[in-house]
Amino acid sequence: MIYKLKPFVDAAIASKYFSFIVTVLLFLILYGIGMASYQGFMKPQVFLNLFIDNAALIVVTVGITFTLLTGGIDLSVGSVVALSCMMIAYMLQYTAIPVVIVIGIVLLMGIILGGVQGYLITKFNMQPFIVTLAGMFFARGMTAVISRETVSITNPTYTAIASERISVFGLGFISIGVVIAIMVLIIATILLKYTKFGRTVFAVGGNEHSAALMGLPTFKTKIMVYVISGFCAALGGVVYSWIMLSGYTLHGVGMEMDAVASSVIGGTLLTGGVGFLPGTLFGVLIQGIILTFITFQGTLSAWWTKIVVGALLCLFIIMQALITEKKGKISSKQSVTAKK
Amino acid sequence: MEKLNKLTSHSLFLPLFALSILLFFNAVFVKDFFLIEMTDDGRLYGRLVDILNRSSSLIILSLGMTFVIATSGIDISVGSIIAISSAVCCTMLGGAGNGTAANPFIIAMGCAVLAGVLAGSWNGLLVSKFKIQPVVATLILMTAGRGIAQLLTEGQIITVYYKPFSYIGGTIPGSMLPTTIFIALAMVLLVYIVNKKTSVGLFIQSVGINPTASRFTGIKVNHVIFLVYAFSGFCAGVSGLIEGSLIRAADANNAGLNMEMDAILAVALGGTLLSGGKFNIGGSVIGAITIQTLTTTMYAFGVASDQLPVIKAIVVVILCLVQSEQFRVIWSNWKNKNKSIKNQTEHVPTVTHNLLQDKTVLEQQGGNKA
Repeated sequence: MIYKLKPFVDAAIASKYFSFIVTVLLFLILYGIGMASYQGFMKPQVFLNLFIDNAALIVVTVGITFTLLTGGIDLSVGSVVALSCMMIAYMLQYTAIPVVIVIGIVLLMGIILGGVQGYLITKFNMQPFIVTLAGMFFARGMTAVISRETVSITNPTYTAIASERISVFGLGFISIGVVIAIMVLIIATILLKYTKFGRTVFAVGGNEHSAALMGLPTFKTKIMVYVISGFCAALGGVVYSWIMLSGYTLHGVGMEMDAVASSVIGGTLLTGGVGFLPGTLFGVLIQGIILTFITFQGTLSAWWTKIVVGALLCLFIIMQALITEKKGKISSKQSVTAKK
Repeated sequence: MEKLNKLTSHSLFLPLFALSILLFFNAVFVKDFFLIEMTDDGRLYGRLVDILNRSSSLIILSLGMTFVIATSGIDISVGSIIAISSAVCCTMLGGAGNGTAANPFIIAMGCAVLAGVLAGSWNGLLVSKFKIQPVVATLILMTAGRGIAQLLTEGQIITVYYKPFSYIGGTIPGSMLPTTIFIALAMVLLVYIVNKKTSVGLFIQSVGINPTASRFTGIKVNHVIFLVYAFSGFCAGVSGLIEGSLIRAADANNAGLNMEMDAILAVALGGTLLSGGKFNIGGSVIGAITIQTLTTTMYAFGVASDQLPVIKAIVVVILCLVQSEQFRVIWSNWKNKNKSIKNQTEHVPTVTHNLLQDKTVLEQQGGNKA
């Protein structure tokens, strides 16, 4: 029996979507356990709340996944979220700039910050980790330079957008942030899967030298990836500010780690070149569900989330390492049989 | 001119230069910067003593970080390990208000350092055995570490009233200088002797330059990498004791926060390349002192602690930029161009220049084709 199953298991492991399948299964199992243990999990609104609470993280994770796919990393996203919130709060409270332009300025800030980081990394061959770590400190420090105190947002237009609720088939409601998050996810998936740029991202992540020798625009692509990450972080900051309605220096602390963890749990290989964006959505939702568990349980503190997420991250990374090894073996076996 | 070139190319030039600029700046703008006075009970105090005192935990951290970076790795979990170590020590001593300790002091200290070594070994295991990239492997502990520290302290800040605990971060009665300086000095000496008298330093350097070649020459690469991370954990454990003792409490959220950045900065400033290979212990120590001097100077000028990262970030980027090979090529090209205009003679590019230029041209061509 086991012998017969083996080809199927091998095929499943060798499949591109193996990590994705594992993640979705894990999510369903966790949700099943939730439904079995707590009555409240049955409500559709609990499911929709996962999206409402994590809309910002979804947007940020989509951005960071682009950098991870090229084999880089962007640690500055959490701080950029804080800086965006603070800029929005400050401009709305102390200047008369209209809401749309405020959001435009913030998004432009994200693009510029990402562009500068991408340029430094690509042009001067600096390690992405160091550059974005500096970016992280820069953005966090700039937030404190703007204001060290909490600045709350009381602009009527802005609060109206924040509290807008859209009904979903009469089962529950979602916020505008969720709509944006889903849109970003869909656009990014299409961008990665069906455009020249998307395929170049994967090629650069797989092997940068080969990609360059094939005549692919590696230089431009690598900068573009950080621009996208910066843009998504700023957009995530806008969505985040709709939840927090304030600017504060400690907003989004540790968000970069959550985003990387979500992306990895969702099947992105940290060495670059492999990843599937819808998986990252489930990576975020799994983190959300752990937090929901802790809220429902009532006695556990929120820092348990950190430990569980750390353990999950570790598990998935080791699983990736093992899969990569296994895949190598399977493909070499296949090539041997093909030769025969 | 040749002498100047020789001087600037010395490995300790950059950290010493940065430090002396800062000291000069302080001497001009900060009143009584170099003044060291003695209190009635025979203790020295002054800004310089204070800087050394505050920088000692960073010095210890950067020792471990130097070795890790020399193997072309990185350890971003040290801040969290500090939190774990100080949580272990404070929990074992207990927060009894009458100043008694729940466990003997030596055992509590030992356990705290052991916790650091264990955490470091975990990192080492992931990097050497499972072949996970260092950034990612240490990211796990960075995320989960503070959670573990919270778990140990049960989410509270444990304040220790046991008197000897405060001696680590303060002064032992009768001593002239803060204890931290002696601890840092002992650690630096230990590392220096091990580096000079054994071949460990050479092995680390060799692994950093080329792990495959090192394996073929018979170096146990995995063991070296494992040891390096365990040692970094050990250093973080000792720093955790100091950090805990300075505030006489275990604060799982803030102990050692952002110190990994400072440690990396100290190593980079000390002239160790972040891509691994050749390392410089003395440079890292001076780098750590420089960073603390920068911090103290900025505080003296009224820059808030949460605004300071802006300056540090800019310093890091400039440092890495100067270290980067591409930048050097562009810089020397620019310099040569100026010279050739001046002398009306063409400069003869070296072979390495040509190779690097070819590479840049290739990349740019790749960029233009799209």
